[in-house]
Amino acid sequence: MPLHLQVVTPQKLTVDRDVDEVTIPGEMGELGVLPGHSPLLTLLKIGILRYRVGSDWQEFAVNQGYAEVFADGVAVVTDTCETSSEIDLERALESKRRAEERLATMATIDADFRRAERSLHRAESRILLSKTSGKPQSH
Amino acid sequence: MGSLREIKKRIVSVKNTQQITRAMRMVAAAKLRRAQESIQALRPYAYKIRDVITHLTAVVPSEDHPLLAQREPKRVVLLVITSDRGLCGAFNANINRRTESYVAENEAGHQDIQLAIIGRKGQEYFRRRSLPVLHEYREILTHPTFENARTIADELIESFTSQSLDAVYILYNEFKSAIAQQVVVEQLLPMPLPKPEETKAHEEITEFIYEPGKQELLDGILPLNVEIQVYRAILESLASEMGARMTAMESATNNAKELIKSLTLEYNKARQAAITTELIEIISGAEAL
Repeated sequence: MPLHLQVVTPQKLTVDRDVDEVTIPGEMGELGVLPGHSPLLTLLKIGILRYRVGSDWQEFAVNQGYAEVFADGVAVVTDTCETSSEIDLERALESKRRAEERLATMATIDADFRRAERSLHRAESRILLSKTSGKPQSH
Repeated sequence: MGSLREIKKRIVSVKNTQQITRAMRMVAAAKLRRAQESIQALRPYAYKIRDVITHLTAVVPSEDHPLLAQREPKRVVLLVITSDRGLCGAFNANINRRTESYVAENEAGHQDIQLAIIGRKGQEYFRRRSLPVLHEYREILTHPTFENARTIADELIESFTSQSLDAVYILYNEFKSAIAQQVVVEQLLPMPLPKPEETKAHEEITEFIYEPGKQELLDGILPLNVEIQVYRAILESLASEMGARMTAMESATNNAKELIKSLTLEYNKARQAAITTELIEIISGAEAL
């Protein structure tokens, strides 16, 4: 039984295909999904989403959102989903530095704080992906 | 009848204007297509979020959730979306007028109405009026990204959950077609629950594993729906603006065409009259000899 993976962002339907295995960065930790998984709903942690077709792994940096798992499909709904080729490492490092600076000067947790925090997380997941991509998988 | 040279000059100037309006029409058409594509691209995401919220609100008691809490709407914010640029017909006039009439209608019911405005045209308009403006958002329409919409939504959510606001409404031009827009008022907060397309069987829902928990999931996902609503309103407004500009520029181009036609006629008449006068002068001059 194939596993149908959909990755949806506000910009587009990034992935829409049958895969053999998916690894989701869940709020409670990394989550490996094979066909026949029990139905599950989880929040996403900013991190790396992987899927496998045959022996070929694809990786994406994903942002906050959620994932819905069924026996025959996974729907990942997230703000951004980028491949390592779409990521500019320099820019990510720069925005990480800027976000950290902003956070250091803030005293209250308000909308501004959360915005800075989000851009920090986004930058971190991008940096993580561009550093790990191309290396052999540990699966 | 103006002199030949004056008419000629006017024809040239009208032709230049026509060229500009024609170019603007084409630019607006291209931007309209882009805005429409963004609206289309948002759909799968919006549907997913709507479905999962329907699912979650069915399994979690949600009436007293901070984003859904109904309070007496004393302090209200209207989020008004106008455009940054003019030359788009009655686009901005419509939304500004609707905003004023909305305030006039509801002044009695609410104690305090404030405006939050996207778009330079609305900001300039209301700066000269007596309505209190809470916030002017800039640089949103030049970069209509989800991230920008989220910033706005999050600020409003923040004020709503901290109870410094009781309700938020959003006023914008809804995109009907390239030639038709309609000003609509939608409630943003407290969040109206999305209407389920069809009620799913309950057995199917109860089998789910929830991580970290149902309540946390709802807390994490509900704000997304507000953000989507703001984002979609911005995109709809942009598409409407481009549609309005296309129509306005289309008719401006046609008007210029008419004007050129009548000016050319006038020019030819003047030219003929000038030739006739000259001939008469020559003939009467010859007769006098």
